[in-house]
Amino acid sequence: MGSNMAECHPVAFRWPLKARTDHDAVLMHVDPRFTRTSAACDVHVPIRAGSDIVFLGAIINHVINSKRWNEDPFFREYVVNYTNAATLVNPEFKDTEELNGVFSGLAPNGKSYANASWSYQRNAAPAKGKGGLGPFSDLLLQQVPGRPKTDPSLQDPQCVFQIIKRHFARYTPDLVGRVCGCTPEQFLKVADTLLNNSGRDRTSNITYAVGWTQHTVGVQIIRAAAMLQALLGNIGRPGGGVLALRGHATIQGSTDIATLYHSLPAYLNMPDGRKNHETLKDFILTEAGPVATSYWGNYPKFAVSYFKAQYGAAATAENDYGYNYHPRITGDHSHMPMMLDMAAGKIKGFFVMGQNPAVGGQNARLQRKALAKLDWMVVRDYFETETAAFWRNSPEVLSGELKPADIKTEVFFLPAAAVAEMEGSFTNTQRLLQQHDKAADPPGDARSDSWFTYRLGKLLKEMYRDSPLELDWGIKNLAWDYDPEPKEVAPWRIKDEPSAYKLLKEINGYTVADQKPLATFANLKEDGSTICGAWIYTGVVPEEGKNNAARRKPDDWISPNWGFAWPANRHIMYNRASADSQGNPWSEAKKLIYWDPAADSGTKDPAGNPVKGKWVAPSGEGIDFQPTKAPGFIGKDAALGFDWLSGNDAFIMRPDGKAWLFVPAGLVDGPLPTHYEPYESPVKNLVYQQQVNPVAKVWQVNGNSYHAVADPKFPIVVSTYRLTEHHLSGTMSRWLPWLAELMPELFCEISPELAQEKGIKNAEYVTIHTARGEIQARALVTRRMKPFTIDGKKVHEIGIPWHWGWQGNAAGDVANDLVAMVGDPNVSIHEGKVFTCDIRAGRKGGRI
Amino acid sequence: MKLSRRKFLKVTSGVVGGGVAAELGLLGVNTAAAAAKANKVPIKKGKQVPSICPYCAVGCGQIVTVSDAGEIVDIQGNPDSPINQGTLCPKGSATFQLVKNEERWTTVKYRAPGSDRWEEKPLDWAMHRIAELTRKTRDANFNEFQDLPDGKGGTVKKRVMNTYALASLGGATMDNEWNYLHQKLMHGLGVVYLENQARI
Repeated sequence: MGSNMAECHPVAFRWPLKARTDHDAVLMHVDPRFTRTSAACDVHVPIRAGSDIVFLGAIINHVINSKRWNEDPFFREYVVNYTNAATLVNPEFKDTEELNGVFSGLAPNGKSYANASWSYQRNAAPAKGKGGLGPFSDLLLQQVPGRPKTDPSLQDPQCVFQIIKRHFARYTPDLVGRVCGCTPEQFLKVADTLLNNSGRDRTSNITYAVGWTQHTVGVQIIRAAAMLQALLGNIGRPGGGVLALRGHATIQGSTDIATLYHSLPAYLNMPDGRKNHETLKDFILTEAGPVATSYWGNYPKFAVSYFKAQYGAAATAENDYGYNYHPRITGDHSHMPMMLDMAAGKIKGFFVMGQNPAVGGQNARLQRKALAKLDWMVVRDYFETETAAFWRNSPEVLSGELKPADIKTEVFFLPAAAVAEMEGSFTNTQRLLQQHDKAADPPGDARSDSWFTYRLGKLLKEMYRDSPLELDWGIKNLAWDYDPEPKEVAPWRIKDEPSAYKLLKEINGYTVADQKPLATFANLKEDGSTICGAWIYTGVVPEEGKNNAARRKPDDWISPNWGFAWPANRHIMYNRASADSQGNPWSEAKKLIYWDPAADSGTKDPAGNPVKGKWVAPSGEGIDFQPTKAPGFIGKDAALGFDWLSGNDAFIMRPDGKAWLFVPAGLVDGPLPTHYEPYESPVKNLVYQQQVNPVAKVWQVNGNSYHAVADPKFPIVVSTYRLTEHHLSGTMSRWLPWLAELMPELFCEISPELAQEKGIKNAEYVTIHTARGEIQARALVTRRMKPFTIDGKKVHEIGIPWHWGWQGNAAGDVANDLVAMVGDPNVSIHEGKVFTCDIRAGRKGGRI
Repeated sequence: MKLSRRKFLKVTSGVVGGGVAAELGLLGVNTAAAAAKANKVPIKKGKQVPSICPYCAVGCGQIVTVSDAGEIVDIQGNPDSPINQGTLCPKGSATFQLVKNEERWTTVKYRAPGSDRWEEKPLDWAMHRIAELTRKTRDANFNEFQDLPDGKGGTVKKRVMNTYALASLGGATMDNEWNYLHQKLMHGLGVVYLENQARI
């Protein structure tokens, strides 16, 4: 769901196809459009864009009320041991059933939630734990709360399971028919196939892509899938899981080692002026306190090692490791508000490297106009992208709305090296780090991205070298020493390329005393004696000179010696759940890791006798659990991290060790997925009185108008999407003759019914418009698109690929000119997969 | 049913070819302009360097072939990779043209404020100018402290050590090593408008 895998990730799609041919796997595709993926699947169910939570919620309802789920002991054992189904929730909690579609805690203005009522019921806090772990850990230990209260019989009305049962009771096959627009029979086929292919001997997988993320309820759609998979016992097991198909070579890496405003590398939060983050101690206690009974109990080690990496020798215990000099965020500084602040003239200088917001940005017209407000901009890319050329020939310049003479932006274009022209690593969508070697120098003045940032940093550090000012301490003391060893650059013309190895070694972490790489994140310290850029990558450089991302020994299953899967070469996360509560494999067919009571653990008891028993993985898979913790081990109450977690707490990154069916903290829009209509929709919400996600991110500014619910001027639903022949905003494809030839022109997929209503003929031009913009495209009238009947009303949907811009060998209008800036409240992603529009025959300006 | 490798490729090839592109051809869309620029398929001969496909996040292995003269002459799927076993999709198969492309810019271009044209500039000049602009913009717009809501309806002076005048937007096909280096420099400067394609 939410993915056209055959088109957008075709090589990965070979594997489900192989599973079908070799193992009779059933492939099902639930998507508004009939795509290349649908054509290759056994089942295609069309649903209206934005109705996913109704479909998934109804599967959850169907599953937990089914005979199979209630009678097969597998499901009960998995759910009671590995999820929070049995946990009791605060009696103050009120569900959407009681509050007309919102949860308890909604602020009087309806724009934000306080989540205190979503919390667990807990036993009394334990007696304070003994110190001696470290300066910050000792403080965390004093904050450990009591264990959550549970009812393993799942009967208590306040237990998570009963709350879920009530919450999803109204998500019926009939409701699916009315809201999603498919038939109840089509729905039941999918629900039963999933249920019947989950259990002790079989697992099912759910795969998604940006078709699920780009919504005002994007996070909650994915949550619904994760809940369903947890209820079906499909997490942590081979063939199970929820797979995100991400779209860029190292988009996972740029999330892990975040160049994102809210995150430090390896999922530490960014210091925030609005929180109690005054000192490093405040920061650690605020961020780690609520999660310290998970593996995040090691937060002090991760944080101190990060600040040591940042400021090197200048970071000391006395100066809080330089924490005082590190920037704090003060609000949402993500892509959309950043471009809006740029449009308002607040941002003066802009680095755009390898992205093309003039085409790829939501409400791209507004983003192009924002670029004209800058004092200066640096673009680094291969070709003269639309972003680089906005001042010269953008639609706004051609129309006379902007004049080059009035655009004061000083623009630099710096040519970039191609991947084959530099050494480095990518992290793929399965968390696998893979090294690419350098094959040749880049041509002319083209340089690697790292070269640019390293050189810029050197020049700036020179400028601030003698500054006595406190505000310059951070840049002055930034540890910045990645000059290559002579042998690294000996074969090449360019001699000042920073050392990719030194960078990866710092990301991996090493000891301060002897610069020795850390083999595992278990060796990190909170006393300043280790440096580590991103703890989750520790192990990629386990010893000096060894790069596990460059391992290239495949096998016929997990291939543990091909690249390096973070964390610690674990390919299937939470794989403790691949064994039952006693540690035995659920079945021979689904064996992955299990407890071997006879194996030598490698440790000795106080009397010096070898201790028996450890987790084993014949495939070489990394074990995502404490290797010698027996399944029956009971965690200590006054403890942090692994010491608190018990032998069946498989979900080691959660502070209760369980998969979260109900989310007590961490989401801003509710503890359970709930159907809200897209921000722009042709229909009213048929499930609740509340129309849209009440806390969705909305920006009511000039140039970003929204359409009303069921607005007669904009009656048609539209999704933007991608094609196999192009990449994103087209920078890496529209300039390539082979790809430009394969897919030369922008088109719009339209159903024959809509074409007839609007007098549109196949291959002729159509104009699509919204309150934000207007574009023209060729009409592709196809039976792949079908109108939906939503509660008796006909709803048309069209689809537009968004790869085109005015530059390159395949030029066309910018589909993102149509899109509004409106976003998911948890992650500020935009709602590009569903909004409303109108369409007419003919080109812009009335031409045919 | 077990499939031979050859038969498997046959089964799966339908996925990546044809489809919408073929339909557009039938629509009469003119591909001549693009076709005229299509390069000849190079010969695979020379030193083989392991690489990774620069497009989507599947992470297909590639082999870059380099001639004796040190030029990249071919890029194909790596048959050893357990991910793609030598196959590539249309984009991956076209990677060679991303490297060897007449339209690729290989010199620094500069557009002065208000100008209607690009000028060519030396790389070193551009780097010094960019560093100077970065410093000036930062120094003129740096906040050590800021009044922020105290949660009780008032405000309180908090340490922020940041600048809102600089912004950075990166792509997600750039190395892990660059991401690390770049976040480090931006955080060193106090930049908080730090974003990446990974957001969207």
